[in-house]
Amino acid sequence: MQRALVDGSRAHRTPILPVIGKDLTVERGGRHILKAIDIEVGGTGTLVLIGPNGAGKSLLVRVLAGLVRPSRGEVTWAGRPPDRQRAPKVGFVFQRPVLLRRSALANVEYALAVAGFARSERADRASAALTRARLSHLAQTPARVLSGGEQQLLSIVRALATEPEILILDEPTSNLDPAATAAIEHLVNAVRAEGTRVVLITHDLGQARRLGDEVAFLHRGRLMELSPRDAFLAQPASAEARAFLRGEIVL
Amino acid sequence: MHDFTTAFLEALRLIAVADASLMEIVWLSLKVSISATLLAAIVGLPIGALVAMGSFRGRSVVVLLINSLMGLPPVVVGLIVYLMLSNSGPMGGFGLLYSPAAMIVAQTVLVAPIIAALGRQTIEDLKNEYDEQLRALGVGPVRAIPTLLWDGRFSLMTACLAGFGRATAEVGAVIVVGGNIDHVTRVMTTAIALETSKGDLALALGLGFILLTMAIVVNALVMGLRATATRAAYA
Ligand SMILES: Nc1ncnc2c1ncn2[C@@H]1O[C@H](COP(=O)(O)OP(=O)(O)OP(=O)(O)O)[C@@H](O)[C@H]1O
Ligand SMILES: [Mg+2]
Repeated sequence: MQRALVDGSRAHRTPILPVIGKDLTVERGGRHILKAIDIEVGGTGTLVLIGPNGAGKSLLVRVLAGLVRPSRGEVTWAGRPPDRQRAPKVGFVFQRPVLLRRSALANVEYALAVAGFARSERADRASAALTRARLSHLAQTPARVLSGGEQQLLSIVRALATEPEILILDEPTSNLDPAATAAIEHLVNAVRAEGTRVVLITHDLGQARRLGDEVAFLHRGRLMELSPRDAFLAQPASAEARAFLRGEIVL
Repeated sequence: MHDFTTAFLEALRLIAVADASLMEIVWLSLKVSISATLLAAIVGLPIGALVAMGSFRGRSVVVLLINSLMGLPPVVVGLIVYLMLSNSGPMGGFGLLYSPAAMIVAQTVLVAPIIAALGRQTIEDLKNEYDEQLRALGVGPVRAIPTLLWDGRFSLMTACLAGFGRATAEVGAVIVVGGNIDHVTRVMTTAIALETSKGDLALALGLGFILLTMAIVVNALVMGLRATATRAAYA
């Protein structure tokens, strides 16, 4: 049967969801940093990942994004192991933005080029993506002279430009002022409303409440629970999560 | 003292009137050193990139070797290239000895390790910074190389300028393989070395001025590149 190529993007031909991790274990120097985590991220909405410093949140999302190979267990994207061809459909925003030594616009165009978008489309798509995040006035500015908040926004724009099925954000608003935080939260909610699956790490319980549909709690490399937001915030299942919500140290 | 003043004024006159024999020497120097730098970049940058990207056994030994070759004494390079090009050497059949081509070969050998070593460091630092981000975007190793070369462009150009500076300033390699033959292989440094001993101080001084000016221009270019790169946070 012929495949229709109506849409120039490869969005509909490279399914990612569900992202499933089975028995994910990461061992470094004899220490188990992730411990037999089973997690399934499918469907829609925003999953908020919380937990104390060093719990393994960043590592878990890097494993799920195919950036780190687990010592044991496996990750699948729509049933197959992660591969480079589908990577543009997994938007990943690092806690500290890594931007190329080019203009803001060129950074976005680069991601589009890697994702296989035709040269003729790239400039328009990149501009539209910048405009959406109100960054169009900075399109020609070298990315690395942008402010911290602008860099954070730009790296989200870059991750979104390729129309990912899932957007993973590692503490996207730590170090940002309230206005920049609001801008990013607004963008994340808009993306979620369009059907993109979102995974977001945060230490801000207010943000978890505002953005989360579900909350996952990680503690010492173990996934303690994954519950609907309201249920979690009202009454977490584990003693560790209850202590964490009360602001007690549970390291 | 009188001698010196005369020589000094004569040197300035030679430069001012663009004396033919002076210009011939300067022009040959530029041709040889620019060609050598270009060749060294063509050889050195890919080697630097491969070592930076590669993970193979003995890699740190290769890095150590390349870094050490940066400090090769020019006369030793001259000697090695001489042995290769001399009639009984492996490449003696080409009859290149005492030609500008021989000098280009010698300076290429001298400069390529500089460009490879500085380039390797630049590309490797950038790779460490970019690696996860590029993989997250779906960039494979083949595509990563041009990306790293482009994003390291200012540092890489600086490395090439450093190589060019070294090429124009050295005398040991070109004198051994070139021989300072008038109208054929006489470049600035060899002319200065030999004309001084023959007493033609004016020509030597004039060439010295030009050489010094070139060093200043090259360093000004490096500073300009740095400033441009820093302003745009591209460094
Ligand atoms: N490559 C590695 N080698 C050794 N230890 C590592 C490595 N990567 C991560 N770790 C360790 O794993 C633990 C979890 O790290 P991770 O960055 O996932 O924590 P986190 O939950 O994101 O914390 P934070 O909230 O502070 O960002 C840390 O103790 C860290 O030191
Ligand atoms: Mg983290």
